[in-house]
Amino acid sequence: MTKATANLLYSKEHEWVLQLDGNRVRIGISDFAQEALGDIVFVENPEIDAEISANEAVGTIESVKAVSEIFTPLSGTVVSVNDVLEDAPETINEEPFEAGWLFELEMSNPEELETLMNEDQYQAFTNEGEN
Amino acid sequence: MSTEAALKQTPLFEVYEKYGGKVIDFGGWALPVQFSGILEEHAAVRTEAGLFDVSHMGEVLVVGKDAESYINYLVTNDVTTLEVNQAQYTAMCYPDGGTVDDLLVYKLANQKYLLVINAANIEKDYDWMRQHVKGEVTLQNISDDTAQLAIQGPKAETILQKLTETDLSEIRPFEFAQQVTVSGIANILVSRTGYTGEDGFELYLAADQVAALWEKLLEAGSEEGLKPCGLGARDTLRLEARLALYGQDISSEISPLEAGIGFVVKTKKESDFIAKDVLAAQRKEGVKRKLVGIEVIGRGIPRHGYKVVSEGGDEIGFVTSGTQSPTLKKSIGLALISTEYAVVGTPLKVEIRNKPIEAIVVKAPFYKRG
Repeated sequence: MTKATANLLYSKEHEWVLQLDGNRVRIGISDFAQEALGDIVFVENPEIDAEISANEAVGTIESVKAVSEIFTPLSGTVVSVNDVLEDAPETINEEPFEAGWLFELEMSNPEELETLMNEDQYQAFTNEGEN
Repeated sequence: MSTEAALKQTPLFEVYEKYGGKVIDFGGWALPVQFSGILEEHAAVRTEAGLFDVSHMGEVLVVGKDAESYINYLVTNDVTTLEVNQAQYTAMCYPDGGTVDDLLVYKLANQKYLLVINAANIEKDYDWMRQHVKGEVTLQNISDDTAQLAIQGPKAETILQKLTETDLSEIRPFEFAQQVTVSGIANILVSRTGYTGEDGFELYLAADQVAALWEKLLEAGSEEGLKPCGLGARDTLRLEARLALYGQDISSEISPLEAGIGFVVKTKKESDFIAKDVLAAQRKEGVKRKLVGIEVIGRGIPRHGYKVVSEGGDEIGFVTSGTQSPTLKKSIGLALISTEYAVVGTPLKVEIRNKPIEAIVVKAPFYKRG
């Protein structure tokens, strides 16, 4: 893992969270998740201004074969979505931690960050699943 | 690992890992959904060539004096038109016109046929065939001892020809050669058939020889860009070519006429066959629902089971198969809908996660090789 991912937090649903300024966070899916999904061909993000709650299904990612839901690991208001994914959903496969981010949230309950895993914990979590 | 142990494996299971195969549970079989990636594999088959392990398919030998008349009673197409070394696509129906399976019939010799059936239907089909035995025939389910590889794509012939003395250019579509030796492996049935919409071959051989043949083919095709392919690409390729998938586009609930493969239903053939009267009536009166190609214009991908509604909001059918077409870069599918809407250009809506998304009836196949 590169140091670009060292500050990320992770959910059990394989989303990553990057803390930006104040209560603003950026959310995406992990390399492990994009690898498991395969070629991603469609992304439906939540809408801007939508109020969403932690662990709620807020969107969809489709690979050629399968439909998967996007679960938000945190509650808040959607303040930005990654429009690049509308025409180039494969960006998630190519750069899951950078250009392939999903949406940004203004957190309503920052304490929920404590429910997330750090990178080492997440690595251990994904290794567990493979055994 | 514990779940995989319960799944059936083809003789190639051990080889998948070496080529990066991602194994999934496919109707009780541990099969690779992909190797390098579905889109890459799909493109390889359209432009160069791909190699598929389809050993999970079932094979039944039918031998005996009455083999021809028996099979002709079982299936909707006319087997009597086959000559030795010709194959035919056909369907087996229940008395109500629903489909037991779609299959290929190979005429190996007079009084000797090979029926190739879908993996998920092997037991059901074999039972059905035994229950309807007529006259002097013996049936043998040789599925476990028989492996099958498919090499598909514009460069398939060039690659395969490197490994055999048999002149492949003499095998025309839906014809085959028997006892072919490929790369020193004897007794292979080489058939110019496939499930991708491209030129190519299907190779039937003894299960214990298939791993060696797989390696030889990949080696021979490396220059041409031959890629190992999984079930994911097989599905997107067949859907673009509008080839029916049993259990989705055709089933016990869907007749071959509804599924748009009426060309295999010979209601005028002289001898009787199961469901002949029902299918003749469907043909005469017209089917009430029809399988059509659809293209989703709004944002979304149609998937198996999604509802289809008319512009006015009436439920008129459902999606049987759908995907994002890798070749056309469009969201496409097949839908079984009321016949009155089954006209090219008719606007429809597909309910995708409870939202009606704009779609239109289009001509299928979506893709035809040039």
